[in-house]
Amino acid sequence: MKKRASSRFLISCCAIILTLAIATSAWAISDAYKENIYNPGTLQPTDSKLEVKVGQLAPDFTLTAVTGGKITLSQYRGKKNVVLSFVPAAWTPVCSDQWPGYNIVRDMFDAHNAVLLGITVDNIPTLFSWTNQMGKLWFPVLSDFYPHGKAAQQYGILRTDGVSERAIFIIDKKGIIRYIDVHDINQRPSLEVLITELEKLK
Amino acid sequence: MIKIKYGTSIMLMLMILLGSSVSTAASLPAAGSVLPDLSPGFSLPKPKDGVVIIEIFSMYCPYCQREAPNVNKLYDKIQANQNLKGKVRLVGIGVGNSSYEVDVFRKRYSISFPLYSDGDFVIHKKLGEPRTPYFIAVKINPDGSHRIFYSKLGELGDVDAFLAEMVRLSGIK
Repeated sequence: MKKRASSRFLISCCAIILTLAIATSAWAISDAYKENIYNPGTLQPTDSKLEVKVGQLAPDFTLTAVTGGKITLSQYRGKKNVVLSFVPAAWTPVCSDQWPGYNIVRDMFDAHNAVLLGITVDNIPTLFSWTNQMGKLWFPVLSDFYPHGKAAQQYGILRTDGVSERAIFIIDKKGIIRYIDVHDINQRPSLEVLITELEKLK
Repeated sequence: MIKIKYGTSIMLMLMILLGSSVSTAASLPAAGSVLPDLSPGFSLPKPKDGVVIIEIFSMYCPYCQREAPNVNKLYDKIQANQNLKGKVRLVGIGVGNSSYEVDVFRKRYSISFPLYSDGDFVIHKKLGEPRTPYFIAVKINPDGSHRIFYSKLGELGDVDAFLAEMVRLSGIK
């Protein structure tokens, strides 16, 4: 019995050590943010229970945009495909190097008749100063701050510490969820995969 | 008993491995030093008695996007100068960018010089994880050896002044 417990302890230690040895940062910070990026370290890849699935109607929400006004998901129904890009938090490493990439591929979204909505649980002033560092964004950035993380909660991607997962949802013109990627929070989703999924909407 | 001893040895080896990986964390390339081995992702071109300018960039980096036309201008000036063409090479390494993402960046900004993908941040780590854009310039000696003579974070600034500085610091004719 004792021997078994020792072996278990040993295996656990090895697993922890290996994880630490393998866990590597998966981001490069743009000088655009200077020294202002807060590094939360490596986090648990996901920490929530998904409440939606592919094939169902996407839960509707109305959120305030950084540029002013409100955007309701269902306003695009019958008109546009929608890509929801939830990122966990402003001023953190991976998030800061995700949307600026989407900002130079508007034509790829246009080619698939898709709009992109960027969403975080941060408040508007924080999102304002953070997204200002990215240059002029062509897509709306929405604040899911209050009631805190309500939209993220509807989709089941609000983590236990109050930030959202790094998640992508593709919703077609009928309002049906066609693709879900609740990504490892420590890594940026592949652009190629996103565009390939958009191509499947045709 | 033997099994546990065997396990303990494995754990000790892993701890040593972890310790060594921490202690050998790379620092940023310094002027006067040599470039670390970046293979298999990238091998340093060897223009004889020439210069290689390396831009560390990411398609997700706003400053790299803003700087892209300026870097293109630098490349055009090098190509247009008969003394520098062939002798001064310009390359880019897209850190954390897949080949697909590097290709998106190449097409978006009509980039003519070679770009390499460092999708898993392997090169980025070997170079001390610089912020982007980051420029490194290397002088290739006649005997094939090299040394870094420029290593700096941020945008190029005035292209003519930058190119003149490259010529001055490297001592190429």
